[in-house]
Amino acid sequence: MIVAFDIIILIFLVITAVISLRVRDLLGATMVLSIYSFLMCLLWAEMGAVDVAFTEAAVGAGVSTVFLIATIYHTRRHSSD
Amino acid sequence: MKWIGLIAVVLTGALLLSAVGDFPDFGDPKSPANGGVGDFSVSQYYITHTEQDTKVPNVVTAVLADYRGYDTMFETTVIFIAGIGIIAILRSHPPGGRRGPAHPIDATVDGDHQRIIIGITCRIMIPIIQIFALYVVAHGHHSPGGGFQGGVMLGASFILIGLSRDLQAALARFSERRFIVLACLGVAIYAGFGLLCLLLERNFLDYGVLDGFFHTDPVMARSHGIFAVEVGVAFTVTAIMFAIYANLSSKGRLDEGL
Repeated sequence: MIVAFDIIILIFLVITAVISLRVRDLLGATMVLSIYSFLMCLLWAEMGAVDVAFTEAAVGAGVSTVFLIATIYHTRRHSSD
Repeated sequence: MKWIGLIAVVLTGALLLSAVGDFPDFGDPKSPANGGVGDFSVSQYYITHTEQDTKVPNVVTAVLADYRGYDTMFETTVIFIAGIGIIAILRSHPPGGRRGPAHPIDATVDGDHQRIIIGITCRIMIPIIQIFALYVVAHGHHSPGGGFQGGVMLGASFILIGLSRDLQAALARFSERRFIVLACLGVAIYAGFGLLCLLLERNFLDYGVLDGFFHTDPVMARSHGIFAVEVGVAFTVTAIMFAIYANLSSKGRLDEGL
């Protein structure tokens, strides 16, 4: 466990979480959310929970991004609120 | 209304943050999870006994599929129900029967080049992804991974066929009937192995009794039992991941996809 590395990842996590909520372009928000998942995966791997990191990379950063893009493709790309 | 929501969020957040202060330190050997209550410690038991109990080097896999097999069985069922729910809500049949693709295939030179590059790359990558996914499922005892991760990767390889070509090409390899049967089969394999233990007069999901079935000693039988239920998990997850993509990308019509 490297404290400096942890702090950098946690700061980026907060930044990406806020951006994904604020961005009005839903496709952009999905991309930022996928970055969030990948940072989460890095954090798990760094804490020694390799199995959880693997799942996060496969499900969070991979497949759920595809599902969100497939859904956005059939709705409108811009958020109304 | 917005203010009430904000107050609720801030209060919940403050409550959660104040609870974090009571957590034991990260990696503290005296915390309840590590040090245990009294002399008995759960994590010490898993770390010292997993190898003798089940002959599985990866403690995480042993805990997931053997010591807490119930938990994983119902996680698989949750995924199964989620997928069946999405199919039930989205699936619809077009009134005019099956038609060809609505917009014709991009036949310009530029579009053609892009199709070739993406097509060839995916054609090379998909077998590698699938072999690696099978390795992750089969090697979950020794390295990180298991049924969930391998199943997601296997499902993602079929999604990649659907993305790089079209949904029809993916459905030709993994039809609707096939993914629904596979999803049911996965849950049935998991519950079936649990029931088999029950029929042999032991507890549900107590694989040690299956030594005659696997032709090994009771310890190795637990390792084989873990592998068997991981295969069941991988079946369900593969089928449901592809089913969700196929229904979402085609508005439930399963005709052309993205």
